[in-house]
Amino acid sequence: MSALSIAAPAPRRAPAKVLPGFNLTLGFTLFYLCLIVLIPLSALVFKTFTLTWDQFWAAVTGPRVMASYRLTFGASLIAALVNVVFGLLVAWVLVRYDFFGKKVVDALVDLPFALPTAVAGISLTALLAGNGWIGQYLEPLGIDLAFNPNGVVIALIFIGLPFVVRTVQPVLEDTEKELEEAATCLGATRWQTFSRVIFPSIAPALLTGFAMAFARAIGEYGSVIFIAGNMPMVSEITPLIIIGKLEQYDYAGATAVALVMLVFSFVLLLVINALQTWQRRRSGVSS
Amino acid sequence: MSQTLTSNKVQAGTTEARWIRYSLIGTALVFMFLFLVLPLAAVFTEALRKGLDAYLEALKEPDAWSAIRLTLITAAVAVPLNLVFGVAAAWAIAKYEFKGKSLLTTLVDLPFSVSPVVAGLIYVLMFGAQGWFGPWLQAHDIKIVFAVPGIILATVFVTFPFIARELIPLMQAQGSDEEQAAIVLGATGWQTFWRVTLPNIKWGLLYGVILCNARAMGEFGAVSVVSGHIRGQTNTMPLHVEILYNEYQSVAAFAVASLLALLALVTLAIKSVIEWRHAQEIKASADMSPERPPHQMAST
Repeated sequence: MSALSIAAPAPRRAPAKVLPGFNLTLGFTLFYLCLIVLIPLSALVFKTFTLTWDQFWAAVTGPRVMASYRLTFGASLIAALVNVVFGLLVAWVLVRYDFFGKKVVDALVDLPFALPTAVAGISLTALLAGNGWIGQYLEPLGIDLAFNPNGVVIALIFIGLPFVVRTVQPVLEDTEKELEEAATCLGATRWQTFSRVIFPSIAPALLTGFAMAFARAIGEYGSVIFIAGNMPMVSEITPLIIIGKLEQYDYAGATAVALVMLVFSFVLLLVINALQTWQRRRSGVSS
Repeated sequence: MSQTLTSNKVQAGTTEARWIRYSLIGTALVFMFLFLVLPLAAVFTEALRKGLDAYLEALKEPDAWSAIRLTLITAAVAVPLNLVFGVAAAWAIAKYEFKGKSLLTTLVDLPFSVSPVVAGLIYVLMFGAQGWFGPWLQAHDIKIVFAVPGIILATVFVTFPFIARELIPLMQAQGSDEEQAAIVLGATGWQTFWRVTLPNIKWGLLYGVILCNARAMGEFGAVSVVSGHIRGQTNTMPLHVEILYNEYQSVAAFAVASLLALLALVTLAIKSVIEWRHAQEIKASADMSPERPPHQMAST
């Protein structure tokens, strides 16, 4: 048990290129990357250049678009925060305790990765609509979870859960019991040990998981549109704005909004990368 | 995992009081039940609400069949393409040092963070009637967008990083000592790959393939933008689910959805088996050579 650690492997010094295939594999990688990802994405940027600045600004700051940003970012933020709390709880329970059916629960965590988003969307809607399994009990209480922003948050919680669990779980498995024993010997209560010893060591992973769940939620489409109700200004997410503009043949407008989303997701990707490097360095030092 | 229960007194320092433990487990299970188990169960009960006959009837419909066929074709093209790419990218990134490597790794991850809708849109901008190649394609009577090639392209984009991402950390952790030994002993590059590298990465490879496949078959947003929703022609299973659902054919929608849910369950089952096998091998190799760092399989 003691030798098991996922500390990033020490970067091995590059061998003088003994292995063949460098040109072939790197060449193919770059070719395929350009063909599938970079050239199509650049089409987005160039299409935006056909707009004047004023047109661009008008397209990305229209009242309906602004309302969609507020919903998308707000709901994603709430969902990611909920995922941090429950994701940590699930990871903790899976790593630290033994209970019946633990293996099944562990496997089930990945369900949102494997279940197509459209399926998740219609099934959450069926559960939460006024006549659904859960909805029928909530409706008399005046709680409405479908066809409004609440539904968006719920769909995004579903989508984001595995990101937090799967980033925190391995780090939690690696935390050293010796540190906790030492803390206890020095008179710390269990809560002090958790908040001062365990939590700091898993905080980078938790933050990474949060950022990943948030990034995924921002772009999510399939699971949300069924449950959101899609009312303009109220429950219309930004990806749906893009689709709406496309359906009206407003290609330039759709592209402008898409560019805003693309820039934001690229920034988030860089943040996540930086967080992961930080996390790796942290766990490298501690173990 | 391996909590060695020696005595309760020692344990007390590094675990919680029993009532805290049970309430944490309880809360986690209730959350998992509400958010994961119930939606999954709802798919199957809604599909079978009007009995097994109505369920099978819904699946026999020709439009459902053509949706299933298109989904299978899409995955059959997209997964092998990304498999070849994943292996090539992992080989280049893990086995060599070169300038711009971390930028390349970031770019490989890029499709994960792009919204599916944006992923679909970029192909419309390239190949649509008003796009870059639109006029040329029209002149030559080739349809990419609102046809099958567009669906495949969008699927390739959204599943782009899956296999590369599993393989890169795995091959980095394994280093290239074994390959170098093979080369020194006179093996060719291909022999080295097939006989040395592939057996070492097979579980990670399979893991990436099934995740890639699940996403390829289930992709909705990106495919929705490029498909044009032509019934019987350019509808994949998830798009067919949407159409049926919007037409209030609830049983039929959930029937097709249940097939996708089954796919998800099979994916999870295979994934668990792979992880278990992988753990067994790590244990075996750790017993033999303690100096080799065991690799932890990272999921996305």
